Amino acid sequence: MSLTAKQVQHIALLARLQLEESEFDDVVDKLSRIVDFVDRLQAAPVGDVLPMAHPLNQSQRLRADVVTGHIDRDAIQANAPATRDGFYLVPKVID
Amino acid sequence: MDAAGLHVRTLTELARGLAAGDFSAVELTETLLERIAQANERLNAFVTVTADEALAAAAAADAARAAGRSAPLQGLPIVHKDLFCTAGVRTTCGSRMLENFVSPYDATVVARMKAAGAVMLGKTNMDEFAMGSSSETSYFGPVRNPWDLSRSPGGSSGGTVAAVAARLAPAGTGTDTGGSIRQPAALSGTVGLKPTYGRVSRYGMVAFASSLDQAGTVTRSAEDAALLLGVMAGLDDKDSTSVDHPVPDYLEALSAPLQGLRVGVVRQHFDEGLHPECAARVREALAAIEAQGATLTEVDLPNIDLSVPTYYVVAPAECSSNMSRFDGVRFGHRAQDPKDLLDLYCRSRGEGFGAEVKRRIMTGTYVLSAGYYEAYYLRAQKVRQLITADFRKAFEKVDVIAGPTAPTPAFALGEKTGDPVTMYLNDIYTIGANLAGLPGISVPCGFAAGLPVGLQLVGPHFAEERVLQVAHQYQQLTDWHRAAPEAFA
Repeated sequence: MSLTAKQVQHIALLARLQLEESEFDDVVDKLSRIVDFVDRLQAAPVGDVLPMAHPLNQSQRLRADVVTGHIDRDAIQANAPATRDGFYLVPKVID
Repeated sequence: MDAAGLHVRTLTELARGLAAGDFSAVELTETLLERIAQANERLNAFVTVTADEALAAAAAADAARAAGRSAPLQGLPIVHKDLFCTAGVRTTCGSRMLENFVSPYDATVVARMKAAGAVMLGKTNMDEFAMGSSSETSYFGPVRNPWDLSRSPGGSSGGTVAAVAARLAPAGTGTDTGGSIRQPAALSGTVGLKPTYGRVSRYGMVAFASSLDQAGTVTRSAEDAALLLGVMAGLDDKDSTSVDHPVPDYLEALSAPLQGLRVGVVRQHFDEGLHPECAARVREALAAIEAQGATLTEVDLPNIDLSVPTYYVVAPAECSSNMSRFDGVRFGHRAQDPKDLLDLYCRSRGEGFGAEVKRRIMTGTYVLSAGYYEAYYLRAQKVRQLITADFRKAFEKVDVIAGPTAPTPAFALGEKTGDPVTMYLNDIYTIGANLAGLPGISVPCGFAAGLPVGLQLVGPHFAEERVLQVAHQYQQLTDWHRAAPEAFA
């Protein structure tokens, strides 16, 4: 197993994912297989090749800094689980 | 009035019939809605069927035609993969996370098709957030292959290909990040087109891996793919990665003969991983193209064997970033009674996402984390550059690369779900085009063990005209795309 249970717990926390006890061993097993598989890249002859961030090797197109159309806030917030007065509600974060 | 067999006709044939007044858009829509109602329980191709909206849009198309107006897709039925946002109709991405999500706006692809007069029949099932190669990871259950209901139609655009193959719709949209249009098209006997990265706007297309995702089409003929691409393609101010490149007349380019065409055959694509009967069908297709005056040349893509591991670093990395928007706060699933904000995030995401999506988020988180970034993510981006350079070099010698789309015909449901890597290797022939941003198409080229086989054609950047032309010319020589699964003929 290339990943330990402790590593997987840490990754899950970084990813903000709660894993159930019933799925945990399976996650460790399958993630380890994936990491072993992508480890094939370590043998690649990369030399001083530049990393590629865009498939056409293009840079971001810019637009004029002007106000454009927008979607109504109420329409957007219709999908939110909990809102009040145009704000999103979350558990209390400041005591 | 000639309205028999409407379900087996292509978009182009239907457009002619509508223009001639042989049948109305409402009659056509009713026919297909009836077929969907009969077949969907067996196939699970649709998450949502929009019967009322479809009939209203069809009536509007008929009225527009009666008033003397015309539009490229007027009255033509279409299905959309359920990750294209549709105003007022839910968009689930095959996930519990978005089970009740209703977008306030249309994706650009949806808007352009609507403006061109298309009639949406429904939203199709898919691997959750397009992460899968078998359409089995959907929260709404697996899609079944119309050629054999015990098999997968491939994925992730499995619902769209099942609908088109079963003659429930003449065409639909899909998205292709590592092969998610071409591989299921091959496994279902349909035509799947993935355009050049940036050719079609991604606005309103729920993101999985933003440097790889591209919208495309599933049809039964290359001609229909050309018709749809003409409507979908082009610059969109709402997507800063859409490219400002002229949109040619794709239909006009189809008729050029194959005489003199230089076809590259990738040595590495005919390795021991390829099913022998699939290899035989693809070689027959290559011979048919050669017989039209094209020349076949062997080309080498020395780093192509690294394309799948490269993809499974780059795609999960981008996925982990994109999926961070699902926080249980602004939209999507929210856990009950969170004890604090961290608990809200972790449980909403843990409950809302399925196993494969979680694995990809975690793989991506790992390869981007401190201490591993250079060894995995940066290295994968360098290998991606090598693979892209290999393609560039190959296209100095050839006009198009041809080979198999998938290593095997359709596999049984459940056959590959035990090991993610086995599933990932399904995309071994398709992923290269995504990494390099190239256009590709899969066209039916016969059968292996009674199941469809696909021929893949890949071209240089923005050479959609050429891959469509070769596919169309091949379809003038063969009738494989007319073959329908017996249970849905």
